[in-house]
Amino acid sequence: MEVVRQSFHILLAGAAATLEITVISVALGCILGLIVGLSRLSGIRLLRLAATAYVDFFRGTPLLVQIFIVYFGLPQLLRDGQAYLMANYNMPQILTQYALPVFLAAVIACSLNSAAYIAEIFRAGVQSIERGQMEAARSLGMTASQAMRYVILPQAVKRVIPPLGNEFIAMLKDTSLLSVIGFEELTRKGQLVVGQTYVAFPVWLTVAFLYLIMTFCFSRLVDYAERRLKTGD
Amino acid sequence: MIRVENLHKSFGKLKVLNGISCRVAPREVVVVIGPSGSGKSTFLRCINLLEQPTSGQIYIDGVSLLDPKTDINAIRAEVGMVFQRFNLFPHKTALENISLAPMKVRNLPRQEAEAVAYDLLKKVGLSDKANVYPDQLSGGQQQRVAIARALAMRPKVMLFDEPTSALDPEMVGEVLAVMKDLAREGMTMAVVTHEMGFAREVGDRVIFMDEGLMVEEGTPEEIFLEPKNSRLKAFLSKIL
Ligand SMILES: Nc1ncnc2c1ncn2[C@@H]1O[C@H](COP(=O)(O)OP(=O)(O)OP(=O)(O)O)[C@@H](O)[C@H]1O
Ligand SMILES: [Mg+2]
Repeated sequence: MEVVRQSFHILLAGAAATLEITVISVALGCILGLIVGLSRLSGIRLLRLAATAYVDFFRGTPLLVQIFIVYFGLPQLLRDGQAYLMANYNMPQILTQYALPVFLAAVIACSLNSAAYIAEIFRAGVQSIERGQMEAARSLGMTASQAMRYVILPQAVKRVIPPLGNEFIAMLKDTSLLSVIGFEELTRKGQLVVGQTYVAFPVWLTVAFLYLIMTFCFSRLVDYAERRLKTGD
Repeated sequence: MIRVENLHKSFGKLKVLNGISCRVAPREVVVVIGPSGSGKSTFLRCINLLEQPTSGQIYIDGVSLLDPKTDINAIRAEVGMVFQRFNLFPHKTALENISLAPMKVRNLPRQEAEAVAYDLLKKVGLSDKANVYPDQLSGGQQQRVAIARALAMRPKVMLFDEPTSALDPEMVGEVLAVMKDLAREGMTMAVVTHEMGFAREVGDRVIFMDEGLMVEEGTPEEIFLEPKNSRLKAFLSKIL
């Protein structure tokens, strides 16, 4: 217990980092996810196909592998790509350093992954709105995008909040995978403390407890929002 | 005002409209009747391109709807539509339902759009419901707001698709009353309805549709009192 008390502030800092990366990733994921989700419903075939491919890829491969691709793969791609351009097209050298800061890699990987799940949430949300709503809006002369913006999306957003909350909770737990590339979120901090003190059980239990507090608070928040939205429906 | 020429519409293999031609003159009220599945809704929905016709021509005020150069949104703004199930926007108040399209489509300033909306609410007898959401309105009130919403665009034509058939019987009258007022003011209207009282009182012409064709048309008296076509006779004996 002494170990836990002494290293608690370290774990707490890890929890803060976990929360931070989750908030940033889900926020960016919402923006990108909205674009991808609406593209999935677009009348433009190419856009639809690209969005579908995106969703399939990021939902169909492990987040851990995506993290590796971004953290280890992307720098090599940048280096080789630049070398190719310099050799063949006389491009001047722009990048001198290729390694991604681990925080940036974490944000990229988690946002891209989250966007795929969120895109499906938005798509389902939009499709759950009765067809008559779009027809009424169009019959008044609104363009498809006006109808989407003023009629469909405001209604869809309400229905989308509970599944978005669940996505947030899932992402919060999944960020533990970032420990593998040394991003010092909660799980990584736990590894570091255990590595130094050789005290495993209480430390990991504390780590688990900190995750639980975060997910518990957040799921209560989602429940509350869900109830509020239901009455306002 | 509306001119339809040889309109065909299929959903895949299912042929729903099999060559409809008709005209609706300015200030005319045309009532469309016919059995379920005869294509009445599809016909109306083609007139503002909620359904894309398979072939044929439709002109509104001389402008061809199917000409690729025609701005469909501009045409739709001139053609009001009232749906069987109201389709009010549930996240907006009665007033906002009415003022939204004038603001976004006609670029009216909010104040003006709301003034128009208040006037229309008064016209349909719902001045006191301006700030109420649709789920707190009865069916009849919702449909009256929906009519006001369509009128806010100052349409040249109004299309009604069974506007009273989702209503409890005691609410039918209030909606029909609003429609009768409109007809008297000279609105051009195409109305799908089985309300024979309405058809007789304000209908200039009645069209009987069956299996995607206009089988018979005439004045309300001709259609209801002296039907010629046997299917029309059979249909009338069922609903009258
Ligand atoms: N979007 C669609 N896809 C496929 N079939 C459709 C579609 N809309 C209508 N239909 C079919 O077209 C036929 C005519 O439908 P429509 O709604 O125009 O008939 P209606 O005369 O309005 O009938 P009702 O009195 O029941 O409203 C029906 O058989 C219907 O199932
Ligand atoms: Mg119908």
